[in-house]
Amino acid sequence: MNLTTEAPLISKKTPLLPATHSVRLTVNGSERELQLAPWTSLLDALREYMHLTGTKKGCDHGQCGACTVLVDGKRINSCLTLAIMQEGKSITTIEGIVQSEGGATSERSDLHPMQQAFIEHDAFQCGYCTPGQICSAIGMMHEGHAKTADDVRELMSGNICRCGAYPNIVTAIQSVMHPQPDTL
Amino acid sequence: MTQYVGKPLSRVDGYDKVTGKAKYAAEFDVPDLLYGYVVNSAITKGKIKRIDTQAALNLPGVVKVFTHENRPKIAWFDMKYKDQDAPPGSPFRPLRDANIVYNAQPIALVVADTFEMARYAASLVEIEYEEDKHETAVETNRHKARKPSVGLTTLFKPGPPKPRGNFEESFSASPVQMTGEYMHSMEHHNPMEMFASTVVYEKGRHKSGGRYTIYDKTQGVTNSILYVSQVFDIPFKDIRVISPYVGGAFGSGLRPQYQLFMAVMAARELKRSVRVTLTRQQMFSLGYRPANVQTVALGASADGKMTALYHGVVSETSQYEDYTEVIANWGAMLYPVENYKLDHKLVHLDVATPMDMRAPGGVTGVSVLECAVDELAFNAGIDPVEFRLMNYTERDQIADLPYSSKELRECFRQGAERFGWVKRKPEPRSMRRGGTLIGWGMATGIWDAFHMPARAEAVLMVNGKLRVSSATADIGTGTYTIMTQIAADTLGMPIEDVLFKLGDSDMPAAPIEGGSWTAATVGTAVKTVCDDLAKKLFKIARKMPNSPFAKATFTDVVFADKAIQLKNDTSVSVSLQAVVDANGGAAVRETSSALPNLFKQRKYARATHSAAFAEVEVDEDFGTVRVTRLVSAIAAGKILNPKTARSQIIGGMVWGISKALEEESVMDHQFGRIMNHNLAEYHVAVNADIQDLDVIFVEENDDIVNPLGVKGVGEIGLVAVPAAIANAVFHATGKRIRTLPITLDKLL
Amino acid sequence: MNPFAYTRAEGVSNAVRERASEHTAKFIAGGTNIIDLMKENVERPSRLIDITHLPLATVDEMENGGIRLGALMTNADTAYHPKIAERYPLLSKAILAGASPQLRNMATDGGNLMQRTRCYYFYDVATPCNKREPGSGCSAIEGYNRIHAILGTRDTNQDIHCIATHPSDMCVALAALEAVVNVTGPYGERSIPFAEFHRLPGNTPHIDNTLQDDELITAIDLPARGFPDHYAYIKLRDRTSYAFALVSVAAALELENGRIAEARITLGGVAHKPWRRLDVEAILIDKVPSKGVFQQAADAMLEGAQGFGHNTFKIELAKRAIVRALTEATNLNSL
Repeated sequence: MNLTTEAPLISKKTPLLPATHSVRLTVNGSERELQLAPWTSLLDALREYMHLTGTKKGCDHGQCGACTVLVDGKRINSCLTLAIMQEGKSITTIEGIVQSEGGATSERSDLHPMQQAFIEHDAFQCGYCTPGQICSAIGMMHEGHAKTADDVRELMSGNICRCGAYPNIVTAIQSVMHPQPDTL
Repeated sequence: MTQYVGKPLSRVDGYDKVTGKAKYAAEFDVPDLLYGYVVNSAITKGKIKRIDTQAALNLPGVVKVFTHENRPKIAWFDMKYKDQDAPPGSPFRPLRDANIVYNAQPIALVVADTFEMARYAASLVEIEYEEDKHETAVETNRHKARKPSVGLTTLFKPGPPKPRGNFEESFSASPVQMTGEYMHSMEHHNPMEMFASTVVYEKGRHKSGGRYTIYDKTQGVTNSILYVSQVFDIPFKDIRVISPYVGGAFGSGLRPQYQLFMAVMAARELKRSVRVTLTRQQMFSLGYRPANVQTVALGASADGKMTALYHGVVSETSQYEDYTEVIANWGAMLYPVENYKLDHKLVHLDVATPMDMRAPGGVTGVSVLECAVDELAFNAGIDPVEFRLMNYTERDQIADLPYSSKELRECFRQGAERFGWVKRKPEPRSMRRGGTLIGWGMATGIWDAFHMPARAEAVLMVNGKLRVSSATADIGTGTYTIMTQIAADTLGMPIEDVLFKLGDSDMPAAPIEGGSWTAATVGTAVKTVCDDLAKKLFKIARKMPNSPFAKATFTDVVFADKAIQLKNDTSVSVSLQAVVDANGGAAVRETSSALPNLFKQRKYARATHSAAFAEVEVDEDFGTVRVTRLVSAIAAGKILNPKTARSQIIGGMVWGISKALEEESVMDHQFGRIMNHNLAEYHVAVNADIQDLDVIFVEENDDIVNPLGVKGVGEIGLVAVPAAIANAVFHATGKRIRTLPITLDKLL
Repeated sequence: MNPFAYTRAEGVSNAVRERASEHTAKFIAGGTNIIDLMKENVERPSRLIDITHLPLATVDEMENGGIRLGALMTNADTAYHPKIAERYPLLSKAILAGASPQLRNMATDGGNLMQRTRCYYFYDVATPCNKREPGSGCSAIEGYNRIHAILGTRDTNQDIHCIATHPSDMCVALAALEAVVNVTGPYGERSIPFAEFHRLPGNTPHIDNTLQDDELITAIDLPARGFPDHYAYIKLRDRTSYAFALVSVAAALELENGRIAEARITLGGVAHKPWRRLDVEAILIDKVPSKGVFQQAADAMLEGAQGFGHNTFKIELAKRAIVRALTEATNLNSL
C-alpha cells in the first residue's frame, strides 16, 4: 500500500500546513498513535509529542550522538530520521532500556547493567549525552565488533561527551563487556 | 566526623542521569506550550532596512513574530541589562533597534504552536539590510588595541600590575633568551545541551502582571532572576527560576543568554507559556573564548635563573563591552622573576562579547607562557622540570604574598615519577616508536582558589531526614554529591537520609557557579548551616524532658549515627528523630550565610597548581599528532570526593587535548561570520582521541583558603595541558608551533 | 525545514513514477544527509518518497564473479558483510573510516553516492554559493577553504566556479574498485561506470552527478577483482574519528612475480569527485614496487593541483598519503 499525502505548495506567498498523519510508533514495547506531520523527526516525536525527554537533542544534525536510540536493536541518530518512517519498527529509548534489553542488574535494582556501570565508573558529568552513550554502548554490544579498548573508543566516537568522561565511559562499557565477579 | 568527605562516592544524581529522568531546561512538560524560534542576522554590521514577517504570519499556528519594530516596551537603562558577570560597557539588548553589531545577532523571534512550524516560519522572515564595512580580525587590527575599561568584574580579573624592575635592561643583558609571538582563534563552549528556556506563564496576583516559572539553562538562577526582573520590570515575587540539571556550560551559562530574554518577552506579551531553544548553529552566536595575539620575551642567567619576563596580550572584544580575562599575569605568579612587564590590551571588533570559558585567561596565558618557559629551558640546556624547580617560588610576585599552600614541587616529583620522565632523552627528535616520532613534554598549571559569600538552608524534616539547599548549580561538576557528603558528615547522618537541592531562585542565594569556587563557597555555606542547625538541634535536645544533655554544652557532643551523642560516652545519645519529634511536630530549619574569612585570607595568595606530562606520537609524513599518555598531578587542597574530582580533572585534560589539537571557531573575515558553526566542523575531542589519562591528587593541607581546605578542581585540570602537548610536539619534531590548534598542516 | 508531502513507495517502478510526476520531489532512504540539509534550508523538496520499503537491501553473487550490492544495504551491513569484508576489504575499510556507527547503521549505499558536499558555504544559506544557488558566486575561493578541492576545479575556459569536494569515503573505494551503478528511470534501467557517476563542477557546479532527476539507484555492482591481498585506505582528518577527510587514498594492487600487475589509486577529499587517473596507474604497471616509483606516481597524480590558501597543504599531504598507501598495500616495509 502506498501512503501518499497532498503536497503543500512551496511558495513564500501561500504557505500551507503540512498534512498530518496518524502515525503508529512502537516505543519501549507499547504502541502509540500520534497525529504528526511528515516533518517531525523521530527525536522531536519522542521529546515533544510523547514527552520521552530521556533522548537528548545535542545538535539535531547527526553530529553528536546525544539522540541515539535503538531501532530494531540497532543504534541510530533519531534526529536524522522522520517519525513517520519508523512505523512498524521497535524503538527503544533510555526509558525502556531495562525492559527491552535484558532486564535489571539484580532484583533490588531497576537499572540495566550498562546504567549501573555508568554510575559506578562515573562515566558522565553533566549527564546530557549519557542516555545516548548508554543506548549507543548497548547497540555496540549487539553489533559485536568491539573487542579491545581501542575498538570501544573508535566505535563509541559517534557520541560526543563535552565534559570529557571518555576514559570512564570506556571503563564502564568494558566492565559490562567483560564482567568480573568482583567489579560490579 | 568524616564518614563521607574524601571518599569516592558515586554521584547522588547518577540514577536520574542514567535513566533519562533528569530534566533539563527544555524538557519540562507544560500544557499549551508555544515554541519560539530565533532568526539571526546574516550580516555583521549595518542596519535592518526592512523586515517582512507577513509570510511567516500567514502560516497556521504562527502566533506572533517579534522584531525590533513591534517588540514590547522593555527597560531603557543599560544598568538594567547588567547581569552578575557583565563586563564594563553597555550590554547587548536583543531586538533593541535596527542596528546590527555582530554576525548572527538575534533579530527576530517567531512564535508558533509547534517547534516545526516556528522553525519553518523563521525561514520565511524576509530581511533587507544596509551593510556597513566590518572588522573582525584581531591580527590586522592590533594597532587599534587600547587599555580595557575597569568595572565590577575587574575585581576577580585584575589587569596587569605595574612593571617591576627593568625588563628591557635585564632582558638585553640575559645570556639566555627567547622571544615568541603566539596566536589562537576563537573557541566556543559547545556544551552538549543547547541553550533553552521554558517559561511557564500563569495569571498573576494582580490583573496586570503574570507569574513566571522559568526553567533556564544557567550557571546561576540568581543571575537569571535578577536579569528578568530588571529588564522586564517584573517583581521578584512573581518570578521563579529553576535549573536542577544543566547539560554542561563551561562558562557559557555565566550570563543570561538571549533565549531567556526572548522566551520571557514572548510569554509576557502573549500571556502564554513559551519555550525557546537555540540550535547548535545559534550556539556559535553566543560568547566564546576570545582570539588573541600574545608576545612573550624571557631572559635567564647562564645558570638558568629567570630574570626578565615580558608578556603582552592583544585580545578581542565586542564594540559594546570590554571583556577581559587574566592572561598576562600568570608568569609573575609562577616564577620569582625580578624584572617583569605585563600588558593586556583590547581590540574592539564587530563581534559578540567574549565570555568566560573553562579556565578563562588562565589556559590562554599559561598555554603560551609555559611553551615559552620550555623554550627558555631548552635554550639554557636545562631539563624543563629541573628548570622549573630552579625557578620555584613560594610567593606570588604580583601580590607580594606567600601562597597559603603550594605543593607544586610535589606535583613535579610525583608526576615525573608516574610518567617516567627520567627516561626522557633531552634532544628533540631523539625518541621513536616504530616509524613515529615520540615527544615528551611537560608544563605547569595554576588557577585561583576563590571563595565567595553564599547562603544555604538546612532542614531536619519531620521524618528525620535532612534537606539542605542553596541556589547554586551542578553543571556536571558534582555539586549535588559533595554537598550531600558535607551535610551528611556534619550532622552524622547516612547519605541516604540527606537530600541536597539546588538550582531554584527560591532557595538561599549563592553566586554563579564559576571560577572553580563552588566547592569552597557553597561547601562552606553548607558546612556552616549544618553546624548552625546542629546547635539548634542540641538546644532542643537539651530541653527535652529528662534530657541526658541537661548539663552538657555543645562542645561535649558529637553528631553521629543519626543521633546526638556525648563525646566521652557515645552510648548516651538522643536520636535526631526524637529531637524533631520534640519540636512540636515541626521541622527544624536554619538558614546561614558563610563569608570568606578576609582577615585570614588577605595575608596570602591562594591558588591551585598542577603539573602535566604528555607523550605524543607524531607521524612525520602526515603531521598527525596523537596524545598517547597524559599524567596530571594536581595540588588543589582537600579533595572532597576523589571520584568526581578525578572526573573533573580528566574532563579538563580532554579539553586540553581538544584545545591543543582541534578546537577553533573559524571566522571568514569576508563575511565576519563563523563558518564551521556545527559539531561536524568545529572539532571537539571524540572518544578515539583520548588514550591513557592519569590523575594524581597531591596531598595539600590549607586552613587559610576556607574551613574545608578546598580549592576547587573545575579549571586546573585544563590549564597546563595544551602547553605540555605543544612542548611534547616540539620534543618530537623540533618544531615550535605557536598557533593553536596544532593541526596536521602546521607540522607538514 | 519546509513542509513537504510524504509517500511511502512500495516497488521500484512505483517509486520512479512518483518521482517523475513531481520534479521537486526527492527520494529518502537513510535520511542522514537530506534531513540534515533540509534543516539548514539547503534542500527544500516538495515531497519525500520513502524508498526504505523497497526490496533493495540485498547482497547477490553475480555470474561474472562479482557482487551486486542492493542500494538499500546500509553502510554498516555492507562493511561487515562477510563477503565484502573478505573479498573487498578495501571497501569495508573505507566505509568504516567514515561517519559514526549510528550514521553507518542508517545511511544506505545508494544514499552514500548521493551525499552532498560539506562545503561550509554550501551549508550556510546566508552566504553565496554556486552549488546551492547557481550564479551567486563561490565564497570558498577567497574564503575559508581548508576542506576544499585542489584538483579538477577549472571549467573548459579555465574559470573556477566551485571548489567543493565530494565527502564520501565509500565512493573513493568504489571508484578504485571500478564499481558500476545500476539505476532505474522512467525509460528503464541503465548502468553507469563509477568514474562517470560523479562529475567535476565545470560551470554547472549545482549538478553533482550524472544521475537524472527521475532515476533511482537500485544497485552497485562490484567487479570480481576485489584486491583482497594488496590494498590500503588511508584517511587524514582533523581528529581521530568522526570527521570528514582532508585527504584520503584508496590504493589497490595486484602483484605478480614481484612486479605490479594491476594498480588502482583514488583520492578522496581533493576534488568534486573521487579522483582517479588511469595514466598514473599505468606508470606503476610492470614496475617493481619501490618508494621511488610510488613517489613518481604520487607526483603525477597531483599534477595540475592548485591550492587556495587554507587547503594548499593538501597537495603535499596527498602525495605523501599516496606513497604511504601504496607502501602499505605492497607491504613494502615488510618485504
